[in-house]
Amino acid sequence: MSVSLRELWTVFHGLIFGSLFLLAFAGGLAGLYSLKPEWVTVSGIQERIRRLMVGTWVMAIVAWATVISGTYFIYPWYRAKPPEGADLTGFPRYLLLSKPETAEWHKFGMEWKEHVGWFAPILATAVAYVVAYYGPQLAKEQKIRRTLVWLFVVAFATAGVAGLFGAFLNKVAPVR
Amino acid sequence: MKTMDKPNGPAMAAILAGAIGVFVIGVMTTLAEASGSFGSMLAWVGPVGPLSGKTGMGVIVWLATWIILGSMYKGKNVEPGRITQWSWILIVLGLLGTFPKFFDLFAK
Repeated sequence: MSVSLRELWTVFHGLIFGSLFLLAFAGGLAGLYSLKPEWVTVSGIQERIRRLMVGTWVMAIVAWATVISGTYFIYPWYRAKPPEGADLTGFPRYLLLSKPETAEWHKFGMEWKEHVGWFAPILATAVAYVVAYYGPQLAKEQKIRRTLVWLFVVAFATAGVAGLFGAFLNKVAPVR
Repeated sequence: MKTMDKPNGPAMAAILAGAIGVFVIGVMTTLAEASGSFGSMLAWVGPVGPLSGKTGMGVIVWLATWIILGSMYKGKNVEPGRITQWSWILIVLGLLGTFPKFFDLFAK
């Protein structure tokens, strides 16, 4: 039983960071949505805002870790150019492009994933900052809170696109 | 104890800067597809290729805009409706710019 360094990085990038991101998103979304003065007491708001701050910052930090590890550690292995006549198994981008039935996984899936994934950390950081800036006052700021909920959802959706295609690509042409 | 409400300026600066950052990633992605030489210029880190410059430009513009808007809006209340509206427009355009079926239309 062995795992290569490349496989280990893909596990960290997709599974470990991805799971943490999902957990933080679920907690953050529930916290943002339910932070209404009519639903919670003053002391309840104080307690919830602390959890919300932790959740949103965890989501932002994990999103940064995911895109940086994906772009600067795993992506160079994915796009490495094979030497003449090499077995393409170790060169996922070229393996996918070598057959018409798999080329679209790169041209659509990877091309979308590698760019749109970067939206998640930027938008999640904006949300985390605004939550930390307002603190308990956020409960009164209904319009801002609604904007944050949607920004949070877009951050999650973009990470979801990247994660979903990442999972499929790792099945069709894994980085090994 | 009653506390003064915080002005919305710094929060709006963070939201608008984030939207500008993702919009720039979309613009860079489409421009790199439209011009091979521009794409090559964005290959800041060799093994990563143009992706390093496209996303690097987005992050640099995002942080720079955040600093500038943050100092402009510090301690101020700004019109949230207009800034939120512009932020969503920029985010949607950014999403469009990173969508392969869209940027492929400009591929050379």
